[in-house]
Amino acid sequence: MLNEHAAHGSAAAGQARGGGAITRDEVAHLARLSRLALREDELDHLATQLDDIISAVARVQEVAAEDIPPTSHALPLTNVFRADEVRPSLTPDQALSGAPAADEQRFKVPRILDEEA
Amino acid sequence: MSTETLVPYDEALARYEPVLGIETHIELGTKTKMFCGCATEFGAEPNTQVCPVCLGMPGALPVTNRSAIEGIIKIGLALNCSIVEWCRFARKNYFYPDMPKNFQISQYDEPLCVDGYLDVEVDGETYRVEIERVHMEEDTGKSLHVGGATGRIHGADFSLVDYNRAGIPLVEIVTKPIVATGDKAPLVARAYATELRELVRAVGVSDVRMEQGSMRCDVNVSLMPKGASEWGTRTETKNVNSLRSVERAVRFEIERQAGVLDAGGKVIQETRHFQEGTGTTTSGRSKEEAQDYRYFPEPDLVPMAPSREWVEQLRASLPELPAARRRRVQGEWGVADKELQDIVNAGALDLIEETVRAGAEPAAARKWWMNELSRRATEQGAELASLPVTPADVARVSALVAEGSINDKLARQVFDGVLAGEGTPDEVVEKRGLKVVSDEGQLGSVIDEVIAANPDIADKVRGGKVAAAGALVGAVMKATRGQADAGRARELIIEKLTS
Ligand SMILES: [Zn+2]
Repeated sequence: MLNEHAAHGSAAAGQARGGGAITRDEVAHLARLSRLALREDELDHLATQLDDIISAVARVQEVAAEDIPPTSHALPLTNVFRADEVRPSLTPDQALSGAPAADEQRFKVPRILDEEA
Repeated sequence: MSTETLVPYDEALARYEPVLGIETHIELGTKTKMFCGCATEFGAEPNTQVCPVCLGMPGALPVTNRSAIEGIIKIGLALNCSIVEWCRFARKNYFYPDMPKNFQISQYDEPLCVDGYLDVEVDGETYRVEIERVHMEEDTGKSLHVGGATGRIHGADFSLVDYNRAGIPLVEIVTKPIVATGDKAPLVARAYATELRELVRAVGVSDVRMEQGSMRCDVNVSLMPKGASEWGTRTETKNVNSLRSVERAVRFEIERQAGVLDAGGKVIQETRHFQEGTGTTTSGRSKEEAQDYRYFPEPDLVPMAPSREWVEQLRASLPELPAARRRRVQGEWGVADKELQDIVNAGALDLIEETVRAGAEPAAARKWWMNELSRRATEQGAELASLPVTPADVARVSALVAEGSINDKLARQVFDGVLAGEGTPDEVVEKRGLKVVSDEGQLGSVIDEVIAANPDIADKVRGGKVAAAGALVGAVMKATRGQADAGRARELIIEKLTS
């Protein structure tokens, strides 16, 4: 399973590669993964915009030298831990108060997968 | 639905070599969740152990549970892994309502523990299962699918989600490919899961109860023709929830994949589901783009850099691990491999060790637990450890036998009483009046009656056939309902008939 992640993981991650661009197909793929229903004209529009943004950000790579490690966190901290002590949770009413639908004290969500073909 | 042709197991193994991989998820037994202070009680009312952090509400920030990190490092050390000096959490993005955040916090290319191994034994042979990685993540919520084909996610009308489990610390242990196990593959898979469960239980960081889902196995299987060097396409059978099912799932996949290959077909790389009822696997969701998780470093959590001092402290805190313990016990008790295996399988190792610690001879402790009490547990369909008798009780019964105040036959009656809730062994002895009768006066009259009732046998003994006395001893035991001192009775009978 992990190998697959490695294979697909970064391909669509929107990272700039080479000339620094994202294709329309990749944008459509990301929209599907995010369950966003984009119209054709929105896809055209966003693909162009994202391509500009990624190309601009990719310029950072031009100045990033070998001796500068990639940054993932702005704070120079490690090992921030808390003690294993129970804190009060929400009540079920509070937890469900923002849910669009609830039933049997649970969050009610629409059908996840259609019938199998 | 299924047009699958299975190839009989032995035939499949004659032509193909299986390669396995096992991914195991273990919920840690911390008091609170991985990144928030919600409690983790199993079986609580739905959505009573949730908060803004584990519900993924805007603005809520996770903070890592130190006990969970200690727990995974201990598991890593027990599995002979290296603990990395620096690593990060990663965000695994997917759109599925079992995680309200639409992502799961996990680890990707920087697992906390790497490159370990676990040795397992099958039929007296040791197989080293190499561990690729052990990483930290959080468990998901539980969904109830309503409508459609009952209880299944496909075509359900809607689903109801309980997030009590979402965010419970989850450790994932991934093996390297397990090769060259041949026809032992299903047994090696089972032995690995068994040994891993024992190990984690000994480390004391999880209750590892497969039936409650605190340990779950995903089993990868592929086949290649014998002598080939390139591995075949593998399937991943998800959420196999008992040790026996691990074995059966591997065996079934071998038979099924051999059928596909024999027919000139190709094994499809897919997720499969194990069906407990039939012992088969069925095709699950095809992967399509579901596997595109777009991992990236988790921005809400800072990196972990476990100091070497901390790691060494944790190593020093590890208890004796199962393999070392078995070696020690075997030396102390002088038992053969097979008997030790039986003891482990019966769940009697702890019980016998405690009984010995309470003063019993190892042989006596083994005898009572493995024969008498195991038999009763089996009759009741109960676990040995759940019988209402303690190691101290067994040690006391052994002591009573050793000092000669009861014999084995009476000891069984003492266990009857203890198991029936009549009290401690001493109380049962007292109440039931169980005591070996060795007094010459009391035994003498019983012996006289037995001799009178069995004149033929008595004549044989008189004529020099001393072995025939055994039948008379048996009659004396019967007449005293097992309370006679058999050795003393024998002496007295021979004395009376031959002198
Ligand atoms: Zn919470």
